[in-house]
Amino acid sequence: MGIKLVIQLVIRRLLFLILVVWAASTITFFIPRLSDKNPVRERFAELARLGGFAPADLEKIVAAYNTKFGLDKPLSEQYFDYISSVARFDLGVSFNKYPKTVMELIMESLPWTITLLLVTTFLSFVIGNLLGAVAAWPRSPQWLRTIATPFILLQGVPPVVMGVLLLFFIGFRLKLAPLGSAYSAGVIPDWSSPAFLWDVIHHQLLPALALVLGSVGGWVLSMRGMGITIQGEDYVNFAEHKGLGGYTIFKDYYARNALLPQVTGLALALGNVITSGIVIESMFSLPGLGQVLNAAIISNDFLVIYGVVLFITIAVATLIVIVEFLYPVLDPRVRHQ
Amino acid sequence: MTPVLQVKNLQVSYYTDAGRARALDGVDLTLTAGEKLGLVGESGSGKSTMALAMMRMIKPPGRIEGGQVIVDGTDLMTVSDEDMLQARLSKIAYIPQGAMNSLNPVIRIGAQMMDAIKAHQHQSTSDWISAADMEKRCIQALESVDLNSNVFKMYAHELSGGMKQRVCIAISILLRPKVIIADEPTSALDVVTQRQVMETIDRVQKQIGAAVILIGHDMGLMAQFVDKVAVMYAGRLMELSAVRDMFTDPKHPYAQALIRSLPNLENKGVFNGIPGMAPALLQLPGGCAFHPRCVHAMEICSTHRPEPITLPGGQILECHLYSEKA
Amino acid sequence: MTTATLAQSEVLQPSRLTLLSRYLRRNKGLAIGLFILLVLVIFTATGMATKDLKDAYPLSVKTKQPPSLEFPLGTDYFGRDLYVAMVVGLWQTALIGLLAGALGTLIGVVLGFISAYFGGWLDTAIKGICQVLTPIPAFLIQVIIAGSLDKRDVTIYTMAFVVVLLAWMGPTLVIRSQVLTMKERQFVAVAKLSGMGDLGIIFSEILPNLLPFIAAAFVNQVFYSVFASFNLAVLGLGPIREPLLGNTIWAANQASAFFNNWWWWPLFPAFALVLILGSLALVNMGLDELANPRIRKTE
Repeated sequence: MGIKLVIQLVIRRLLFLILVVWAASTITFFIPRLSDKNPVRERFAELARLGGFAPADLEKIVAAYNTKFGLDKPLSEQYFDYISSVARFDLGVSFNKYPKTVMELIMESLPWTITLLLVTTFLSFVIGNLLGAVAAWPRSPQWLRTIATPFILLQGVPPVVMGVLLLFFIGFRLKLAPLGSAYSAGVIPDWSSPAFLWDVIHHQLLPALALVLGSVGGWVLSMRGMGITIQGEDYVNFAEHKGLGGYTIFKDYYARNALLPQVTGLALALGNVITSGIVIESMFSLPGLGQVLNAAIISNDFLVIYGVVLFITIAVATLIVIVEFLYPVLDPRVRHQ
Repeated sequence: MTPVLQVKNLQVSYYTDAGRARALDGVDLTLTAGEKLGLVGESGSGKSTMALAMMRMIKPPGRIEGGQVIVDGTDLMTVSDEDMLQARLSKIAYIPQGAMNSLNPVIRIGAQMMDAIKAHQHQSTSDWISAADMEKRCIQALESVDLNSNVFKMYAHELSGGMKQRVCIAISILLRPKVIIADEPTSALDVVTQRQVMETIDRVQKQIGAAVILIGHDMGLMAQFVDKVAVMYAGRLMELSAVRDMFTDPKHPYAQALIRSLPNLENKGVFNGIPGMAPALLQLPGGCAFHPRCVHAMEICSTHRPEPITLPGGQILECHLYSEKA
Repeated sequence: MTTATLAQSEVLQPSRLTLLSRYLRRNKGLAIGLFILLVLVIFTATGMATKDLKDAYPLSVKTKQPPSLEFPLGTDYFGRDLYVAMVVGLWQTALIGLLAGALGTLIGVVLGFISAYFGGWLDTAIKGICQVLTPIPAFLIQVIIAGSLDKRDVTIYTMAFVVVLLAWMGPTLVIRSQVLTMKERQFVAVAKLSGMGDLGIIFSEILPNLLPFIAAAFVNQVFYSVFASFNLAVLGLGPIREPLLGNTIWAANQASAFFNNWWWWPLFPAFALVLILGSLALVNMGLDELANPRIRKTE
């Protein structure tokens, strides 16, 4: 196979990745600067509120920190400093949670976000596509075919609203699951204890359910559409002429071909996943990236804001590229090019 | 010789928003082993419906309303769904029209051939063959259609149109069926490849002694290949004659008009079409379906549908003109 | 030999209305979606005509009342009549959706069209920008923008603007690919040969064929705008004084409505949103079927 071609392709994709990251960082750089809020002052204001008094020389302290963090330099200079430090993978420190670095904050909260999003995306992809494939298959029993319709309606329910409804009916009325946060209050995290693990999972149930129910409808709908197109293909017909059983045709001729475009859809859906994830995290007070971002916005801790956005952008863009490279593995027609 | 295929009074209708369309309205056919029948007719005459009906693959809004299709002693219309699955490919096989897209693009050719054999495995324990034997059989089939054995490992998009068509032929003979239906197998191909494909069908058919029904509207191809020709019109069989008789002395007015319309070297530049249009299957004319366009139409033709008659020469006709001669 | 022919006048053409209703009967999704939207419109219109809209804002009526005859949807902690709040909220949500949707579609049509029709470096540039901006998580940027704005500056119109900012790439690429296929097809070439100028071709040949795609893109954009603005509002980033559906839920959460047993407060806006988005999704699916005949059911 053309190794040179592959290398060229990889390089092109890497350049694209870098371009995306640059665009994202530039956009995110300028936005918080439009606001008047100075993160250092905000932090001290918060401390003052908690402590009940304000230091007399608040402005002098703020000015000193500004110089230390380079916040008094002209904007263009700050921009170049920022871009060059990002290129060195140095995301800087958080003003609000000083001296924690942005990277630390991200790494602490990442596992929560990743597990939640990974599990829910996987579940909704598998369940949604299976349901959609079955719903479009003419030989499925009637009840299975109609079961798909409510799922399609479900698509109109954003995970957030789903979260509200679930909170109400399951959490509040039936008291089956906790109403928020990562684990019960007052519990000391102990990852080796199964009791703690169950507590964590228990707390993740509603948010996970909200996310899955909110996104599964989309997969059902798109797979169903794809299935209807594939059904009409000559090779499905010929498979029947060969006397193959319904199950074999469903698996090897129909589902396999219908699933391929869905995989590309997965990459595109990532944006939605992140969106819903952040809002759900906020609603259920989960300690993930969403919380970090939220706190940063309130205090205008812009390095944290940049860091989180950058991180997520890189993650999404990388995943898109990975899926692009995955496609030839799955579809032999593409391998040829 | 006992016939290997007997179609008796086959009836298929399509139920649409606009009414009931009778795609097949009582068709009879008989074939013996090794015989080749050409099925011709205009679009909408029912030839493809015939093929689908024989394999019991008519889907809603279509419905098989009656008749028998007896292959090798078994009436396929009465067997269970499972038995029908078994019968397909093993008793009666089908070569599709557009092989361009008839092969699964994401699995290898070999796998598509093996799954056909595997699906018919549990028929009886004496038929059980190992995977290695299955593969051998597939490769043999490929070689008998003049394809290299390494096609087994290839994907569909790596093959040319003619090669794909030959793979379909190879698949159709894997289980040595008694009847092979070839539905316009060459329409999407160039002339040279057409010849190749037809020769291949001819050869494999002789090898396994199957009866072939060749569906198409290319009369020239029919003339070179088949033993008998059946002419269909509006879901009914108008005439069934030996190929020589059909081309030199067609009896049915429609068949005559068809043969007359064939371009030949004597009257270059003169095109003899058939005036009028084929009737919509939703509103068939009363009596004989062809009478509105027939030059010989008599009164009885508009009121009574002609019964099939066999002439002394062996031709089978549906036409009032010949009822005295039977 | 006779050939029967039907005189043209004997074949009755069903009236447009019958054709439409016959189609709607088959395309049930489209019919239901449109129906729900109609119900919502009527609800909002009657509400706006009959009620005093000031009641949608705090300190207007008795607080914390469960649903009753006087207050059909109850009241909240701050003294809003939630029925009136729902009416005004629906109207504002519709406004954002339609404004942002129309703007996004307009940009998409113009850019996509220019890109495809004129080609060259312009095409590469526009397409390139779209492709680079797409993986950037739009919602995050929206969150940051909304979060950085001074609370007083956030109005419905700024929300619509924020939502459109990173939403126009989708329609642009879709319209672009459609115009590209059209460019290849015969009728553009024929029109050019018959001497039609560029502008003529655009308006008489291309635009009419683009209409189904523009319509679909519009519905999509409206869906997305409602969705995105709702998400922003739920995080508390919207114009919090306004009774937007998302705002109501956010306010309810802030006041721990469920803990306090004020269940009606967040529940009704949630239902309303489900109705809006659900009907839009159905209409979208229905339009899909209209544009792609393969999906049309044959029975």
